[in-house]
Amino acid sequence: MASESIALPRATESTRGITERLHEWVVTVDHKKIGLMYILYALVFLVIGGIEATIIRIQLIIPHNNFVSPQVFNRMMTMHGTTMIFFVAMPILFGFGNYLVPLMIGARDMAFPRLNAFSFWLMAFGGLLLYFSFIGGTGLYGAGSAPDVGWWAYAPLTSRAFSKGHSTDFWTLAVLVSGFGSIGTAVNFIATIISMRCPGMTLGKMPLLAWMNLVMAGLVLLAISPLTAAQAMLMLDRYVGAHFFDTQAGGSAAIWMHFFWIFGHPEVYVLIIPCFAFVSEIVPVFSRKPIFGYPVMVGATVAIGFVSMTVWAHHMFTIGMTSYANAFFTFSTMVVGIPTGIKIFNWIGTMWGGKILLKAPMLFCIAFIFQFLIAGLTGIMLAAAPFDWQLGNSYFVVAHFHYVIVGGILFALFGAFYYWFPKMSGRMYNEGLAKLHFWTFFIGFHLTFDLMHIPGMLGMPRRIYTYEPGRGWDFWNFLITIGVFFQIAGVLVFVANLGWSLWKGRTAGNDPWDAWTLEWATSSPPPDYNFASIPTVRSRRPLWDLKHPEDPDWKYE
Amino acid sequence: MRVAGLAGLLVGGLLAAGLCYGAAADPSPIPTMFRPESTPAASIHRLSLFVLAISGIIFVCVFWLLVYSVVKFRKRSDDDGSEPPQVYGSNPLELAWTVIPGLIVLVLFLATARVIHAIQDAPRPESAVEVTVIGHQFWWEFRYPGLGVVTANELHVPVSDPAHPTPTFLTLLSADTDHSFWIPELNGKTDLIPNRINHMWIDPHREGVYLGQCAQYCGVQHAKMLLRVYVDSREDFERWVEQEKKPAERNDAVSAGRRVFETTACINCHAVSGTVADGLFGPDLTHLMSRETIASGAALNTRENLRLWIHDPDAFKPGSLMPAMNLNDQDLDALVAYLESLR
Amino acid sequence: MHDTSIAAASAEPQWVLPSRGPVAMYSLILAESAIFTIFVVAYLFYIGKNLTGPYPNDVLELPIFATICLLSSSGTIHFAIPALRRGNTRAFGTWWFATLALGSIFLFETGREWHYLIYEKGLTISTNLFGTTYYSLVGLHAFHVTVGLILLALGMIFTLLGKVRQEHAERAEVFSLYWHFVDAVWVVVFTVVYIVGR
Repeated sequence: MASESIALPRATESTRGITERLHEWVVTVDHKKIGLMYILYALVFLVIGGIEATIIRIQLIIPHNNFVSPQVFNRMMTMHGTTMIFFVAMPILFGFGNYLVPLMIGARDMAFPRLNAFSFWLMAFGGLLLYFSFIGGTGLYGAGSAPDVGWWAYAPLTSRAFSKGHSTDFWTLAVLVSGFGSIGTAVNFIATIISMRCPGMTLGKMPLLAWMNLVMAGLVLLAISPLTAAQAMLMLDRYVGAHFFDTQAGGSAAIWMHFFWIFGHPEVYVLIIPCFAFVSEIVPVFSRKPIFGYPVMVGATVAIGFVSMTVWAHHMFTIGMTSYANAFFTFSTMVVGIPTGIKIFNWIGTMWGGKILLKAPMLFCIAFIFQFLIAGLTGIMLAAAPFDWQLGNSYFVVAHFHYVIVGGILFALFGAFYYWFPKMSGRMYNEGLAKLHFWTFFIGFHLTFDLMHIPGMLGMPRRIYTYEPGRGWDFWNFLITIGVFFQIAGVLVFVANLGWSLWKGRTAGNDPWDAWTLEWATSSPPPDYNFASIPTVRSRRPLWDLKHPEDPDWKYE
Repeated sequence: MRVAGLAGLLVGGLLAAGLCYGAAADPSPIPTMFRPESTPAASIHRLSLFVLAISGIIFVCVFWLLVYSVVKFRKRSDDDGSEPPQVYGSNPLELAWTVIPGLIVLVLFLATARVIHAIQDAPRPESAVEVTVIGHQFWWEFRYPGLGVVTANELHVPVSDPAHPTPTFLTLLSADTDHSFWIPELNGKTDLIPNRINHMWIDPHREGVYLGQCAQYCGVQHAKMLLRVYVDSREDFERWVEQEKKPAERNDAVSAGRRVFETTACINCHAVSGTVADGLFGPDLTHLMSRETIASGAALNTRENLRLWIHDPDAFKPGSLMPAMNLNDQDLDALVAYLESLR
Repeated sequence: MHDTSIAAASAEPQWVLPSRGPVAMYSLILAESAIFTIFVVAYLFYIGKNLTGPYPNDVLELPIFATICLLSSSGTIHFAIPALRRGNTRAFGTWWFATLALGSIFLFETGREWHYLIYEKGLTISTNLFGTTYYSLVGLHAFHVTVGLILLALGMIFTLLGKVRQEHAERAEVFSLYWHFVDAVWVVVFTVVYIVGR
C-alpha cells in the first residue's frame, strides 16, 4: 500500500541521555517537533495567563478589595491580555497548523524547515522577553516592572511622559520580535500549502484545515505588519524624539488606534479561523458525513478574510468619528457576520442526518457552535454603533470577546487536543476524565462569562482595579469569580488526563476515529518522514475512497 | 444536551433580569442603559431593544436547530455500524441562509444608521447650556464658557423639558491621556482625546444625581476617576451658577489656613478665584464645599476625609498625582479649616 | 489512492505546483507592502499638520539622479537573471555588479541628502512631524535597500569565487523579486514625499 511506515531500528533509543534528547528538540527542524514545542510553550503560558486572570478576578470579587494594589492589577490585566493573545493563542494555533498541515496535504515537512524553527525561537524569545520585565524592568520612581498600559497600549499613555521606565518597551519589543516570527510562519504556511501538496490534491481537494490555515496565514501577513509598523513608530517616539503619537507636537492619538486595530481586528480572525478548521474536521468524522457545502465553506472563509480587513474601527466607535464613518463600520461589521453565520449553518447541516458520536472532541465542538453563535450575536449587537456607545469599553465587551476566545477558541482547541492527541502520542486519552473536564469547564465558563454581560449593562467599565459598592455590580462580580474556580478545576483535569494518558493510555493505532484525511494513513505518532511514499489522492476524503472502494467520493464531488 | 438547553434558558433569564432593572421609578445609584432619562439614551435604548429582539429570535432558531440535530441524529446504541447517506451540500439551502441573514443585516443597518445620524448630527438649539469638559489624570474639569463657571468632578446641568428642550452640549478635550465620559442613563460614552475636540449632548428629563465614571483606561487610577452629574431644576441650576461665579469667600477666621495654602505648593496646582492661587494642574477649589465628594468621587467631602486626602492621598487613590503635602498637624488643621470656608 | 498508483502516475499528467521560493517571496512582499503602507499613511496624514518648520517645500529637492540609478538597477538585474539561466555566468556577473553599483549610488545619494537636511537645514526626526514621517519612511526604504545591497554583495563575492552556477538561477530570481519590490516602493515614496507632500 502507498503509505505503510517502514520500521526503523530503534535499538539505540534507551541509551540516549537526557541532554541528547533535549539537544535533538532544540535543533530540530521537523514540523512535528516544532509543532509540539509551540503547543507546549503555549500551554505553559496558558497557565501563567490563567493565574493572572485569577488574580484579577480575586481582586474584583468584592468592591474595594485589597488583594493587589492598583499598580499590580494594571500589570496583571496588561500581561493577561498580551500573554493570551501573543504567547498562548497564536503559538498554539501555529503549533497545530505546523503539525497537521504537512501531514494532511501529504508532504514530508513544511516548505522551509529552518525558517520554521527560526520563527518558533523568535516567538519563544519574545515571550521570555515580555516576562523578563517583571525582574528587569525597573525605571524612575519604581514605575518600571511589567507593562501596565493595557494590551492595546493606547497613545499617549505609552509615551515617555506617561510611561516612565522600560515596562512599555518590554511590551513593544517582545511583541515586535514575536511578530517577526509570526510573519515567518505565515510565509512558510503559504509556501507549503501552495507548493507542497501531494499529487492529485488540487486546491479544491485539500482538507478545509489546509484552506483555513492558508487564509489565516494571508491575514497574518496583512495584519501583523501594521502592528510592527506602529510599534516601530512607538519606539521612535520613545527613544529618538519622533512625534508620531506626540499630541503636544501636533501628533495624533487616534492614529495609533487606527494602526493598532487595523492589526487587532484581523488578528482575532487569525485566531478563530484555525478553530473553524478544527471544527470542520471533527464534526464530519463524528457525524459520519462529509462537511456540508465544502465550496461554500472555502468561499465563506476567504470572504471573512477580506471583509475582516474593513471593520477595524468598530473598536473606535466612541472616539468621535463622523456619523458616516460610524455607519460604514457598523455596516461592514454586520456584513462580516453573514459568512460566519453561513459556517454555523453548514456545521449543523453536516450533523443533520448523520450518526453523531458524542465523544469528547465532538462535545467540545458542539459547545463551540453554541457559544460561538452567542458570541457572534453579541458581536452583532456591538456592531450597532449606538449600542456600542453605551456598552463599548464595558464588561459587556469583555464578556463578548471572552465568549469568543474561551467559549469559541479554547473549546475548539480542547476538541482538537482530544481528536489529535492519539495521532501525536500514539495513545488514547481517558474518555471519562475528558467528559469530566468538559462539564466542569462548561459550567465554569458559563457561570463566569454569561453573567459578565450584566455588570456591563449596569455601567461597569473595564480595566478598573476596584469598583464602588451599591452600583449593583457586587453580586455579579462575586459569582463571576466563583466560575473561575470551576474552569481551573476543568483545566487541571485536562492536564491530568493528558499526563496519565501519555503514560498509561492504551495504544491508539493509526486511525482510532475511522477518519478520512491523510494524517490517519500513517502511524501514530507519524515517523519523521511522515509517509513511506508520497500518496496520490483523487478526492477530498482519500481514506474514505480507500475504505469504500465501491462508493468513492470522487464519483460525487 | 438538556443541560445546554437549561443553560440557554438561564442565560436568557439573566438577560431578562438585567433588563428588568428598567422597571424602577427613581434614578438610583445603579447606572444602567436600560433606564434612559435623556433623548439620546432613549433612542439608543429603543435601538438596543430592537437589536436584542432580533438577536434573540436568531438565537432561539439556530439553537433549537443545533439541539434538534444532536438529539435526533445521535448514534443509537442499536446502530448497525453503516454509514449514513453522504450528503455533500445543497445550493438552495446555501442561498437561503445567505440571503436571509443579508436581509436581516440590511434592516439592522438601516435602523442603526438612523439613530447614529439622529444623535451625532443633532442641531444645537440656542437655549443649550455649553460645557467644556477637560479630562485629566484622574479628575474631570468642567468649564462653562458662556456662564464664567469653572468647577471639577461634579457636573451640574439644568433639567430639560421635552416640550421646551434645554439640552447641555459638551465639548470634550483632554489635558493628558485618553479618557471617556459615560453616564449610561444620559447617553452613550464619548472619549476625551488629547489634541482632538469631541462633542456630545444630553437633555436629562428627570432631576437627580446620575453616576458614572471614566471609561477609557487612562493610567493607574482610572478606576477612581468617578463622575457625577447633578440634574437640577431650572431655578436650582441658576442658583448654583450664581454661587459658582462668585470669587472665593474671604473669611479672616481662617487666614492662618489661607496663608498655609498660599505659601506651600498648593497654588502650583490649584486655583481659588480671587486669590493668588491660579494653578491649572489640579481641580479648581474656589467652591470646594459645594461638592459632595472629593478626589473625583473617591471619598465623601467631610473634614476627616479632606484632612486624610491632603495628608496622604494614597490612602484613597494610590498612585494619584496629588503629592502628600507633609504638613505638620497644626498647619494641616488650619488648612482644612480654610478649605472648609470655600463654599 | 489506487492500488495501481505507480502505473497510474505515469499515465496521468505531470503534477506541477508553483515553486516555493517565489511563493514565499511574494508572501513576504505582501507583508512588507503592508508595513510600508502604514508609514505612507502616516506620512500622508501628517501633511500640513506641522506646528513648526522646516517645511517640505523649503528643504526638499527632487532626487532625480538617485531615482534614475535605482530604477535602472531594476533593469540591470532584469537582464542578469536570464543570463544565469542560460548558463552565462560572465554576463550574469556583469549585470549583477551593475545592479550593486547603481543601488550603492542610490544609497550614497540618500546619505548626502540627509547630511544636507540635518546639518544645513536643521531637520531631524525629532524636529517636527515632517521630520518624523520623512526620515522614518525614507529611512525604512533605505534600510530595505541596504539589506538588498548586502545580499547583492554576497552574491557578487560568490560569483567572483566561481561558486554561482546555472542551477542557482531560481534563487537569484527570488532575490530579484525582492529588489524589484524595493524599487516599486521607491516609486511610491518618491511620489508621496517629493510630489504630493511638497
